[in-house]
Amino acid sequence: MRLNPRFTDKFIRGALLFQALFTVSILVFIVFIVFIKGAANITPQFIFSYPEDMGRHGGIFPAILGTVFLAVLSIALATPLGVGTAIYLTEYTKESTLTRIIRFGVESLAGIPSIIYGLFGFIFFVIKLKLGWSLLSGTLTIMIMVLPTIIRTAEEAIKAVPRNLRIVSFSLGATKWETVTKVVLPSAAPGILTGIMLSVGRAVSETAAVIFTMGSSLRLPTSLLDSGRTMAVHFYILAREGISLEKAYATALVLVVSILLINIAAYYTMNKMIGRYS
Amino acid sequence: MGRIYYVRRGSYRSVANRFFSREHLIKCLLVVAAFSSLLFLFIIFAFILGEGLPLFYKVGVIKIILGFTWAPTKGFFGIFPMIVSSYMVTLGALIFGAPLALGCATYLSEYASRRMKLFLKPALELLAGIPSVVYGFLGVVYIVPLIREYLGGPGFSILATSAVLGIMILPTIISISFDSLMSVPPTYREASIAMGATKWQTICNVVLPAARSGILASFILGMGRAVGETMAVIMVAGNALRIPMSLLDPLRTLTSNIALELAYAAGDHRSALFSTGVVLLIIIMILNFVANFWVKRKVTG
Amino acid sequence: MRSNLATPIALLLFIALICWGTFDLRKSGAGRKDTVTLAGSTSVMPFSEKLAEYFMLSHPRLSVEVQGGGSSAGIQATINRTVDIGMSSRNLKDDEKVHKQILICYDGISIIVHPSNPVRDISLDQIQKVYSGRIRNWRELGWIDRNIDAVSREEGSGTRGAFEELVMGKAFIDDGIMVQDSNGSVKEVVATDPYAIGYISLGIVDQKVKALTIDGVIPSVRNIIQQKYGMVRPFLYLTATEPAGAVKVFIDFVLSRDGQNILRKEGLVPIRG
Repeated sequence: MRLNPRFTDKFIRGALLFQALFTVSILVFIVFIVFIKGAANITPQFIFSYPEDMGRHGGIFPAILGTVFLAVLSIALATPLGVGTAIYLTEYTKESTLTRIIRFGVESLAGIPSIIYGLFGFIFFVIKLKLGWSLLSGTLTIMIMVLPTIIRTAEEAIKAVPRNLRIVSFSLGATKWETVTKVVLPSAAPGILTGIMLSVGRAVSETAAVIFTMGSSLRLPTSLLDSGRTMAVHFYILAREGISLEKAYATALVLVVSILLINIAAYYTMNKMIGRYS
Repeated sequence: MGRIYYVRRGSYRSVANRFFSREHLIKCLLVVAAFSSLLFLFIIFAFILGEGLPLFYKVGVIKIILGFTWAPTKGFFGIFPMIVSSYMVTLGALIFGAPLALGCATYLSEYASRRMKLFLKPALELLAGIPSVVYGFLGVVYIVPLIREYLGGPGFSILATSAVLGIMILPTIISISFDSLMSVPPTYREASIAMGATKWQTICNVVLPAARSGILASFILGMGRAVGETMAVIMVAGNALRIPMSLLDPLRTLTSNIALELAYAAGDHRSALFSTGVVLLIIIMILNFVANFWVKRKVTG
Repeated sequence: MRSNLATPIALLLFIALICWGTFDLRKSGAGRKDTVTLAGSTSVMPFSEKLAEYFMLSHPRLSVEVQGGGSSAGIQATINRTVDIGMSSRNLKDDEKVHKQILICYDGISIIVHPSNPVRDISLDQIQKVYSGRIRNWRELGWIDRNIDAVSREEGSGTRGAFEELVMGKAFIDDGIMVQDSNGSVKEVVATDPYAIGYISLGIVDQKVKALTIDGVIPSVRNIIQQKYGMVRPFLYLTATEPAGAVKVFIDFVLSRDGQNILRKEGLVPIRG
């Protein structure tokens, strides 16, 4: 028996639409649940006070600050390295075996799962370098983890800068570095910023690599050698050990909202970049 | 201006000056930056292998890779059940996620209006940023009790893990296969329609085959994400050490084995966890190689 | 030039943070003696946190930092001197040598089930059979025909070590048993699964789960003191050197009447009345 192709066509269209809507609705459902269950417990006090009784009462202030410190410090270290790599690959060399090897390295770093970063950070920073479970160990581990994202996006952004701009700059007598800093980088800034924000998102949502390098102390880290908790780790411990479901949902809400905001900002800047050159 | 200045000074102390010139220093710094990621990759491998490989020599590769008993404090380091379990949940995640994601990507690229695309694509990608612990937690709260209530078993099972991972890899697969569908030239579609094919016949016989390599690559990258996922898996898998015999049995993957015990381990036990890491790293590297191979073929072909 | 405020502001922020961080690094390096660090058993950790909270109220100039990691890690950290005090919830093995072991209290291990579970009592022998995989069905424990969802702890955990020592004897914990990595997560699984059974520290049993009597003996502080309840293990603080300074002040506080009272209120068994 053969079905009427027109009928099949309509049927398939419907089925695919259903699949698309189903997928979107699962993902929307997740955000929705977190909002519904978490919103009731979000108060200024929750954001700005210290946890008591392992997080059963009180707020998540140290976890929020811990997250900010980890994200900002690791990105501050990864950005110069990553953008530097991208500049080298695009402006200072031609395609060669060397650049292929470097790109291979970047791709491989990007593919390594976060638990391996956790293992590595634990053995290298925490134990071998004797940094202990600390903000510093966490920062260095996350720095390596986000490096590939920054390199890739920066490379794409720099490549998208029209060749003419460079030629004009050179013809005005600018050196290579002057061209890079005064012409190429400003034009590529939105793209680079996108990569930075995506990396911040990754640092904020990471658990496995952080818990083994930064530890899970509930105190506010006041130095680089102090241990601390990020929101993701705090949420994991609250939820998993059943300490307090209300606080867990509320923490999840803060976490998800901040990540969504970071990602939206990243898309906004990316669209600005695309808008400029197309 | 800087350049002229530099040339003039170069005339009396040319070699030293050129070496210490700003441009040269900057280039050196950039080279250092570029090599940093290679250096990081090297030390990561050096330390994971350095900690993990000695145990392979000491106990024997076969006893670790094909051993059935994991009791590291008593001298048994078999991780075979975890290797099998890792593959099982990865496959399960693909069975859950791939058809859904591919359907979604096809609809987005072939049927959806421009406005819908503009809304749905970023929305889906935003959701890729939701931390994996949140997926795991919701799995524990919603999926696990459902399975326990209606299907039996403890609920912490392959089924629950596959479902959670399947949902987690949706954004990855959708995003990459959508891109590869969009990169099929519109002329292909026009030619097919002009020959009297319906839209579905066009998609089925022209568009999907043309985008095949990209779609396969997206599946493999999705698998990579599923194999590497840790915290969400610990939360829903139940972490029992046996090879699961039914869809409702609990299981332990390579990643969750590391994360469960790392903080507690010392001596050979810790080395055994690094050996687990070595095996995981090898599996991931193979997956990445295969994915890269397919993506490259897509670019050249 | 394009004016982009975001970049310079972000840059300033980075620099400010790094300066602040390094400044603090120096500060804490100089004043590090005033911080006591503890790490080890996750069973001892919540109680140490409680003790630290009270301690810091009465000694505002000293600070106590508590981390998990597990008994084995705590012992290792003590030996490597990466922490001031290691915490262990099991007796040390012969090859684990530290300078001083300080017994701070005893803790019972209780067998827990879901509150809706009608089973009230279990024998030591039955527990062993459940965990070695020879009893798999609740019918054998006098309830419905349903598989037992037994939950254990991971290798290296002090609670598991003590449980193996006290209950399992020579038998292995079966590899089909589920594993969770903290007292809290075992409790959470048992609290949500009506058919589950698990073992956790007596100190953290609450109304979310039901503790079974073992051979008719109720797990309680009184029964442990009277030596009727047998599943008991020590909570130890370990040091690599003779305690001095802030470390000594903290340990003295823990062993004082106040400290022991805090532990008693948390459901542990103090070493002095």
